Amino acid sequence: MDHTQAEADLTLKVSRRVSAADRVAVIELRDPFGGDLPAWTPGAHIDLVLGPRLVRQYSLCGDPSNRSVWRIAVLREPDSRGGSEQLHTAAYENDLISVRGPRNHFLLDSAPRYLFIAGGIGITPIIPMITTVAAAGAEWELHYCGRSLASMAFHEELKSISPDRVELYSRDQPASIDLDGLLANPRPDTLVYCCGPESLLRAVEQRCAGWPEGALRTERFAPKEQGEPVRQGAFEVELAQSGVTLTVPEGTSILDALEAAGVQVLSSCQEGTCGTCETAVLSGEADHRDSLLTDAERAANNTMLICVSRAAGPRLVLDL
Amino acid sequence: MTSQAAPVVTTPSLPDDPFSTEILTDPYEFHQRLREAGPVVRLAHYDLYAMGRFDEVHASLRDWETFISGRGAGLADFARETPWRPPSLLLEADPPNHTVTRNVMNGIVSPRAVRALREGFSVLAEEIAERMVERGEFDAVADLAEVYPLQVFPDAVGLPATGRENLLPYGALAFNAFGPDNELRRAALAGAAAVQEWIAASCQREALAPGGFGAQIWAAADRGDLLPEQAPLLVRSLLSAGVDTTVYGIANTLYSLASNPDQWDVLHADPKLARFAFDEALRWESPVQTFFRTTSREVDVAGTVIPEGSKVLLFLGSANRDPRHWGEDANRLDIRRKASGHVAFGMGVHQCVGQPLARLEVELVLTALARRARRIELTGTPVPKLNNTLKGWSSVPVRVEAA
Repeated sequence: MDHTQAEADLTLKVSRRVSAADRVAVIELRDPFGGDLPAWTPGAHIDLVLGPRLVRQYSLCGDPSNRSVWRIAVLREPDSRGGSEQLHTAAYENDLISVRGPRNHFLLDSAPRYLFIAGGIGITPIIPMITTVAAAGAEWELHYCGRSLASMAFHEELKSISPDRVELYSRDQPASIDLDGLLANPRPDTLVYCCGPESLLRAVEQRCAGWPEGALRTERFAPKEQGEPVRQGAFEVELAQSGVTLTVPEGTSILDALEAAGVQVLSSCQEGTCGTCETAVLSGEADHRDSLLTDAERAANNTMLICVSRAAGPRLVLDL
Repeated sequence: MTSQAAPVVTTPSLPDDPFSTEILTDPYEFHQRLREAGPVVRLAHYDLYAMGRFDEVHASLRDWETFISGRGAGLADFARETPWRPPSLLLEADPPNHTVTRNVMNGIVSPRAVRALREGFSVLAEEIAERMVERGEFDAVADLAEVYPLQVFPDAVGLPATGRENLLPYGALAFNAFGPDNELRRAALAGAAAVQEWIAASCQREALAPGGFGAQIWAAADRGDLLPEQAPLLVRSLLSAGVDTTVYGIANTLYSLASNPDQWDVLHADPKLARFAFDEALRWESPVQTFFRTTSREVDVAGTVIPEGSKVLLFLGSANRDPRHWGEDANRLDIRRKASGHVAFGMGVHQCVGQPLARLEVELVLTALARRARRIELTGTPVPKLNNTLKGWSSVPVRVEAA
């Protein structure tokens, strides 16, 4: 996990929008005033904030050395998702979009040789990886599968980098991907990067069981992540109803500290998603670390989820 | 990625049918044998895997990547069988698709939205508690548990006034349908058509009153947070999961307290404990007893290698009484115990989205009763209500003594 890149809240302009394949739109984002965008590394993704609660992640698939533009590719999935549908119908050229990031949970490590396996729209994080390793002179090959060539974004661009290193598989191509053959012999000099639908990830994982630990790199959806707490170290919590004041040490939740002190408090998920432990804040500022309260509720600072949220200052007074 | 040589264990097997009348009526003796047999047990009757200990049930509920819901939360494997209805976008879906619909529902059944309902719910809770204490003797199921949620919940959703009598049969149907092809499931499905018709009509935009949860789901579709065809299915989730569960929750809580009158004394002395009493009753007599998951990969659980594509039956009610987690007195009802973290609402990404609403409804009605009644006791033998997923009662006759 890479925390070296500071995460930014940006408002970017859709500078270009073109169709890249069946149901795939490529969207380019720029700073509306022409400034540089934050630096990123291959495998990074950004959050597009499409509505109060609609945040979608897209891998950056352009050139990391070009700081003036970010490129993403969006698959329209009419059967399942709200986000991609909205982007498809609402992100027109010159529109402004809220963006957070970039963030990288799919880091490209250096190796003498790479095996890239991509399925469908999963090609997007692989593209900057390939341009980077190709420029560095590493050995690499890409195996890219999709429903049909027409549905496979960027296949021509990829072929043009190195025709012999790129294999395309689809129903309209003669050969289908031979994962057993590709992954039959574990090689200590090779990293396998795979991105695509769950079925492909599972199939590759099974066949990599005999490969060295860490040889296979995949990217999957992960629950909402929180940054570091606002305040390092302990803080005090005063319970207004019972008159008790206790110290919550660093690394201990308010909930655990209350229970350790014998205060009966209700909780359930203990990860900031269910809302059962919601407690009124009478004074002091909370560092909200839950996945439930809205931005307005956080700003109002009159309630908090004590299982994960902490104090932003030295002291909180709770209605307990 | 490399597979470690796991200790070889022989997975124990039990012959019992957990969906038999005997075990559905009184599951606790079976639960104990299940937990004692091992962390993972084969149920030979259905040729499936089961877990009854807290640690494994809790971990499996949280591991949504391995124990997936998209192949159904019942015995039927949607990869092999056609579901009896279009699958739920919440209960029978996995991330990332599940994340989109779940986020929409979290926004609608939010802490703020639930707080806004408190005052209206409270008036009705006080009224019904007043009536019950005046009567002195009543049936905790027919006179209270089946009445109060149906006064408050359908209005919160914005359902049409006519046809609400379909809500309880639909809930019973949905929860029976998770089970095997037994008499309960067949009988439920046989009567399904008319009920499903009313439910489907009530999920449409034009059927739902402005401002309710249902209308807000449609508003989310208008904003582009959902696809229009997803909206009625999410309204349906409210109707299948929001009524019966609360009815059972209230009835089971009153059953628990009436059969442990010393605990009512504790509650009456401090009615603010109502929230804790409900939580402990959910642990002790869990309305939702079981859910299935399907393995998305081969997985080693405590030495048992479960193959990819296996149905796994998770016994929530058993986990909630596992002495390994709750201590030697796990079978005792104790409203002052730390019951938090029980799995009666599930756990992880699929944990009940309506939890704050259920907690509000029960807190209000139980507080209102606890303030007014100094004693509660059973006046007859409670009559079990059988369902393939839910444990509850069709009758709990009680007497209360006014304070």
